[in-house]
Amino acid sequence: MTDTAITILGAGVVGLCVATELTARGQRVQICEKAPEPGTQACSWWAGGMLAPFCEGETAEEPVVRLGQEAADWWEAQGVPVVRNGSLVVALGRDRNELTRFARRTAGHRTLDAEQLAQMEPTLEGRFSKALHFQEEAHITPRAALKTLWQNLQSRGVQFASATPVSGRIIDCRGLAAQDDLKDLRGVKGEMVVLRCPDVSLHRPVRLLHPRFPLYVVPRGDGVFMLGATQIESGERTRPTVRSILELLSAAYALHPAFGEAELLEIGTDARPAFNDNLPRIRQRGQRIYVNGLFRHGFLLAPAMARQVAEFICDDIKPEVMDENLSEW
Amino acid sequence: MVEFYGTAVSSRLMLGTAQYPSPAILADAFQRSKAGIATVSVRREAGSDQAGADFWALIKELGVAILPNTAGCHSAREAITTAQMARELFDTDWIKLEVIGHTDTLQPDPFALVEAAKALCADGFKVFPYTTEDLILADKLLDAGCEVLMPWGAPIGSGLGLSNIYGLRTLRAQFPDVPMVVDAGLGLPSQAAHAMELGFDAVLLNTAVAKAGDPAAMAEGFAGAVQAGRLAFEADPMEPRDMAAPSTPVIGKAFLS
Repeated sequence: MTDTAITILGAGVVGLCVATELTARGQRVQICEKAPEPGTQACSWWAGGMLAPFCEGETAEEPVVRLGQEAADWWEAQGVPVVRNGSLVVALGRDRNELTRFARRTAGHRTLDAEQLAQMEPTLEGRFSKALHFQEEAHITPRAALKTLWQNLQSRGVQFASATPVSGRIIDCRGLAAQDDLKDLRGVKGEMVVLRCPDVSLHRPVRLLHPRFPLYVVPRGDGVFMLGATQIESGERTRPTVRSILELLSAAYALHPAFGEAELLEIGTDARPAFNDNLPRIRQRGQRIYVNGLFRHGFLLAPAMARQVAEFICDDIKPEVMDENLSEW
Repeated sequence: MVEFYGTAVSSRLMLGTAQYPSPAILADAFQRSKAGIATVSVRREAGSDQAGADFWALIKELGVAILPNTAGCHSAREAITTAQMARELFDTDWIKLEVIGHTDTLQPDPFALVEAAKALCADGFKVFPYTTEDLILADKLLDAGCEVLMPWGAPIGSGLGLSNIYGLRTLRAQFPDVPMVVDAGLGLPSQAAHAMELGFDAVLLNTAVAKAGDPAAMAEGFAGAVQAGRLAFEADPMEPRDMAAPSTPVIGKAFLS
């Protein structure tokens, strides 16, 4: 237990998770954040909220798959409703080979035939002859989850203020804004769409594989769906393009034509912070610890990152994702 | 060594830079492939205010020649504007000209391609046009001022290999002195070797490496195949024949078995 409070910069998903882990271990924490509540200032506002470590293993490296498996239990422990229905992966007829490839590169799935798929998701009856079911995966509603963490912290007496402190330990969770200090951090633009479509009912996230336009659809309940997400090598945080939104919408239409009559609720865009290997990092420089580079895995990896930061500060356990290469400093 | 527009390039393998799991893996793939040229798309990444600059800086760090491309352009006008932007961004007059005519097959639009090639060559660009294996189109592109041709092997990302071997062979024979790069459609090193055996000067690929389970290993595999295919072409391979050709005489053998 320290006398001076630890200051956390940024109240995106990483900052809030780190604050949660530190306060749970009895540390005094204050959060430096300009905005009065969770919102568009953080890229986690636009997240899909899939807790899908096994699916991510298709392209992500091993630490993502392993550390991501902590996420579902962690979120549930914070009082966030976690839907544990697994997730589905499908491909259209002519892209059937993509499903074979995806299955080969991932673990934790079983293959469903058309009938089993129809039982699980009646909406998709007759649309796909085969699907992969990742039973252990889950999903949450990101914006509600951010609000829950924020409220939990407030009720534990954590102060949220916009003034930057001049002394004491700082944990920098500013995401892409930390580019001023972390020169090897880059932005990867993402675009997403929110729809209301009462004609479609899904109980779990569905990924539609396509060689060029992969799509995921996450059910938010009450007929609301989030479609995501593009991945463009650009640090631009605004300006969703027609082409990207066309891709997302046409992929959704291909998943189920009823999406054609959906109500368009929201189009969002932002840039995710990432390092060159798209893996997250914890870095220390003097009194400041940086937690960054969670890429497209904010809600999936923030719990494990937060745990490691807290173990480092409270128990002096060196995090496995701690950066060894400090030549930059 | 192969020369494009007077610039000698040490490797006959060119790699695209899209769709890798991460920039770190992309860098590994380049290292193991020893590719001499990297193609980079700018249309979609540019955004406003050079938003793609971080990624492009990583590409520049690869230490290979950069061939910006106009991927994602569907009209001559769009391609020309994109080429002009690429010239500013990468400080090069090289441009791989792609004008897509059909979104599903990503087949080039031959008419818009010639139109854009004419305008860009007149503007001082050194144009590498992504084209089909069509002879007449090739002729028009050379007329427009192109000094390199990039015929497709098969549709982009299909991994089908050389889908019209006769057409490619004819194209090669028709323009023996024009540097030609088989671009797109390759899925396996054996297909790249085949293209090189036909006498093409280089191959360009992206998806086959980027989407492999181990992109860096696949890149090295392609590098070996390109080298093997080129050596075979230069070695003047034997002509195939229908009958076995015994390596020792049959008639007049001293001992009959």
